Order: sequence, then structure tokens, then C-alpha cells
Amino acid sequence: MAKIIVNGKNQEINENCSLLELIKTNNVLQPEMVSIQLNEEFVNRENYESTLLKDGDAVDFLYFMGGGQ
Amino acid sequence: MDFTEDQINRYSRHILLQDIGVEGQEKINSGKVLIVGAGGLGAPVALYLAAAGVGTIGIIDGDVVDLSNLQRQIIHFTPDVNKPKVLSAKEKIEQINPDVKVITYKTFLTAENAFDIIKDYDFIIDGTDNFPVKFLINDACVLAEKPFSHGGILRFDGQTMTYVPGHACYRCLFNSPPPPNAVPTCSQAGVLGAIAGMLGTIQAAEALKFLTGVGDLLTDQLLTFNAKTMDFRKIKVKRTSNCPVCGANPSVTTLIDYDQAVCDLASHKK
Repeated sequence: MAKIIVNGKNQEINENCSLLELIKTNNVLQPEMVSIQLNEEFVNRENYESTLLKDGDAVDFLYFMGGGQ
Repeated sequence: MDFTEDQINRYSRHILLQDIGVEGQEKINSGKVLIVGAGGLGAPVALYLAAAGVGTIGIIDGDVVDLSNLQRQIIHFTPDVNKPKVLSAKEKIEQINPDVKVITYKTFLTAENAFDIIKDYDFIIDGTDNFPVKFLINDACVLAEKPFSHGGILRFDGQTMTYVPGHACYRCLFNSPPPPNAVPTCSQAGVLGAIAGMLGTIQAAEALKFLTGVGDLLTDQLLTFNAKTMDFRKIKVKRTSNCPVCGANPSVTTLIDYDQAVCDLASHKK
């Protein structure tokens, strides 16, 4: 297991979990609606599958929020 | 600018603030802020900026007041239903503070009119409800080197960041608009009315901080909150070198009118 931080909260994940898998385990139903930062760097969408997470990583999901009226 | 006795009285609680004082209040009174959208976010922004004495407030919105707006768009009252939103907003602002000059644009911001409208303002507020215009505001402000406040609300959540030239822009975070149908707007998904006030007043505070130079703006960080848990969070963000508009080799060099997203609530669950 690896300990990471997702949106400021501790989370345990399997070793070598990819960002794409993390999206699924965090129930992000519309991955196209989220931008992801890994350790404060944005990750290109096409690299979600190849980006593997390790102990101590910090991930932020940034959601599109379009309302205002 | 020489304040009258009434003005000194009116703005006394600002003038008392060491960081603002008479000098800061003068900056507010000579400031020019454009509010895009006289709705949920634009309403509290307009009310607070008017009360603060912002010299010129521009409001752009092509809509008329609808009964369903009144749950959160607190600048509009029941008798205003069917009245152009910019007119309804102008009437309230002038009643709150006759010092404010209000300029109204009863239209929507487009690739064609954006540069011409924003050029006269010091700071721009994004109070819109759709991604095409949010991206348009970002691109126009980046290309014209104008600071602006991004705001977004949905259900019980809100997010905001402040752009100042040289710092991360909205596209650094969100590369391009989401596919149509993908993200519901408040009209499809609903929004807790008070959320609009929570976020709009943050945007108003950012505008006043910008005008007076007081404090640290929400640059290079996205402030998010959830009203169910009342968790507030600031996420540090960096300007991205491959940003389509502010990056080293920008692909966005002119303004784009993206298609209006048509949302399908049934396809979305969070």
C-alpha cells in the first residue's frame, strides 16, 4: 500500500496505482470534467494511464464549475 | 479627489482601516470594474462594489429577470420580473450609492465585442453561467492583459481564482471547454442560493483588494469550498508553459465563440 493525499485528505492506494485508476476509485464519473495536479504540476490527460503514484504523492482533482447566474 | 463630508461619513468604515484610509478609498472611487453577468454572482458583486463606492461599474447581460432568478440573484426584486437585468441592477446600484457611475450593456459578451468592452476597465468579474463565456473572458483578459476574477458555482460547491497578467490563467487549469452535455449548469443541476453570495462576495473583496493594492490576491491558487461540510481549500496552481493562451507557444491568439453547451442532466451524476 502507498499513502497519498487526494484533495488534502489522506488516502491509501495500491502500489503502482495509476492516475486513471485513482480517478475510478474516487468515483469521478466524468474524467473529462476534471483537471489533475500531481505534486502541484498539471498532468496531461493522455498521461493519466502511464502516471503511476507513489508514497507521499499529493493529487488534486480540479472540477469544472460553470455556474454563476 | 476631495471627499465631501457625506462621503467621508459614507466611507468611514473603509477610511478607518489602516490599510485603506482616505488614499485607498480614493482608489476605490476612481476604480472601474466590469461585471459580466448580472446573475447569482454578479448581484452580490454589484451590490458590494456599489456600496464600496467603486467609481464606475459596467454591467453586461442580455437577459431579462426571470422569477426563478430571485432565489439567489439578490439585486433583482419581484417587481423586476421581465425587466432587463442590467436595468434592474442599475436602479439598485444608483439607490445604494449615487457616487457610482453605472454603464450598462444589454447584450452578451462575444468574441466580437469583448476587447472593445473590457478595454475601459481596471478589473473584470466573471459572473457568467457557461463555459464558452468563461473561456472568452479568460482569453480576452490574457490577450488584453487585464486582471479578472473567475467564479463558478454548482449545487453546494464554489470555486474562484484571480488572474493577474504574469500569473496562472483559467486555461492553465482547464485547457479547453468541456464537451457540450458534460457539465451541467445551475439551471440544470440546481444551486443553493446562498452559495452565490458566498462566492460573489469573495470576488467583490478581490476586486477591492486589487483596486487598493491591499493584501494578497487569489493568484496562482484556486479557492474551493463545499457548503455541506463548509470545507474551504486553497489549491496552489502554477502557470503552465504549454497553456494554449498564456504559454510559450500559444494556439489561442484571437477570441473564440465556443458553442453554447447544451446540458443533459440525465447523463450526469456526481
